[in-house]
Amino acid sequence: MFIKEYISDVYKAVKSLLTGMKTTGGYFIRPGEIITQQYPENRDQLNLPERFRGEVVMLHDENNEHACTGCTACELACPNATIKIITKFDVSPEGKKKKALDTFVYHLELCTMCNLCVEACPTGAITMAQNFEHSVFDRSKLTKKLNQPGSKIREGVE
Amino acid sequence: MFSLEGLTNSLQQWLNAHLNPTWVLVVESLIVILLAIALFAVLGLVLVLMERKVAAHMQIRLGPNRVGPQGIFQTSADTLKLIMKEGLTPDGSDKFLFNLAPFIVMIVAMLLLAPIPFARNFQIWDINIGVLFVSAVSSISVIGVLMAGWSSNNKYSLLGAMRSGAQIVSYELSAGLSIISIVVLTGSLRLSEIVASQQDGWWLFKGHIPAIIAFVIFIIAVTAETNRAPFDMAEAESELTAGFHTEYSGMKFALFFLAEYINIFIVCSVGATLFLGGWMPLHIGNWEGFNHIMDYIPSSIWFFGKVFFLIFLIMWFRWTFPRLRIDQLLNLEWKYLLPISMLNLLLITLMAIMGWHF
Repeated sequence: MFIKEYISDVYKAVKSLLTGMKTTGGYFIRPGEIITQQYPENRDQLNLPERFRGEVVMLHDENNEHACTGCTACELACPNATIKIITKFDVSPEGKKKKALDTFVYHLELCTMCNLCVEACPTGAITMAQNFEHSVFDRSKLTKKLNQPGSKIREGVE
Repeated sequence: MFSLEGLTNSLQQWLNAHLNPTWVLVVESLIVILLAIALFAVLGLVLVLMERKVAAHMQIRLGPNRVGPQGIFQTSADTLKLIMKEGLTPDGSDKFLFNLAPFIVMIVAMLLLAPIPFARNFQIWDINIGVLFVSAVSSISVIGVLMAGWSSNNKYSLLGAMRSGAQIVSYELSAGLSIISIVVLTGSLRLSEIVASQQDGWWLFKGHIPAIIAFVIFIIAVTAETNRAPFDMAEAESELTAGFHTEYSGMKFALFFLAEYINIFIVCSVGATLFLGGWMPLHIGNWEGFNHIMDYIPSSIWFFGKVFFLIFLIMWFRWTFPRLRIDQLLNLEWKYLLPISMLNLLLITLMAIMGWHF
């Protein structure tokens, strides 16, 4: 019985090691799969992965309308106070007051690209963009206002 | 046809015609020394570059690609950098042993070059106990490692060196047993005779399954003996910073680094000589035409091809397998490799007595 277990141990060990070697050997003979980007040279045809996270942006459509209701779910989700939502009250024609977004302040210098704000957003107003060249000469340039000037909330988004 | 044998013979004749026998010996020794140093330098550069490229491709990366075309001058640039760096000797260290250790490791690697047949009749010293010489001298390098670890006056270094000692003492056994199994089949300790016995087929094929088991055990054991991942207990970057060479810098560090790669080359060339026929071309049974074509490839190319194949295999291990803990490492040797290789040796002895091999 002991001998049987011993031999099956050796067999399983060799088999699993060979499986590993098959994987790495496969990568070795298929150089087409190399994922390294030669960045400064191929800046124009950079091929970033779909889920690469560069910075938070707010989506605007052609009428300069966004989907942000100013609910501050992203602000609450952010672990290091990167986002600050400043709200205002819109007055509708019937005289009703409604809370709306005034300024979406985004501190890029504090952001860790954790994606929690995007997941927290109930209306899909913000997303992660692929732009990663963020170096500037002044720190204040990294504090961004994400909603475009003159933009307003899209009709029907609650 | 190109052959190293012709070169050495014509050199010998030319020297004999111009000098008396003593001077011929001196000049030939000097040439051998120069060639050995040149081989070391070239091997160091080529193998480090090869390691980095192989590692990169196995991890879906590109590897060094900025210095020269495809990065081929990367290792030369690194060597230049290391030469210019200060070789620091720490204050609390044993200065004599600290500075001696890298040279011991290096000299052992150089000594091991002597009995290896690089091509047909191209061998520095055709000693009649070649196999014994290789396995005996290769264990001296652990003294250099222990010396480096102890004299550094650093607990990481000492731990790494002690581990290296335990590792080499245990893995020497199974490496030795698998080497002996080929000696049993050949009936000679002389490396040139071992190569000659593989004229009609390499031992790996002639010795049936026991020879293949011996070959696998040999490769595992020499990987451990050269202190390479997955058995890099002596270096253990993740636990002991750099193990026995933590305190070394500059060219003294480079000597350790170079000795590691030279040792890989040497154990792979011993493996190629014992199991893959050394410089013997690949011959298949009675295929006259095929055998003639194989004979046209120079023997030095056969030798270096086989050695580099084995080196590639060992690099493949390094970049695939997870590292072992020190107790797992000793478990593997004493509970698995040693019993299996002893049984295997018995099988091979039986095979040699009954004449079951081809």
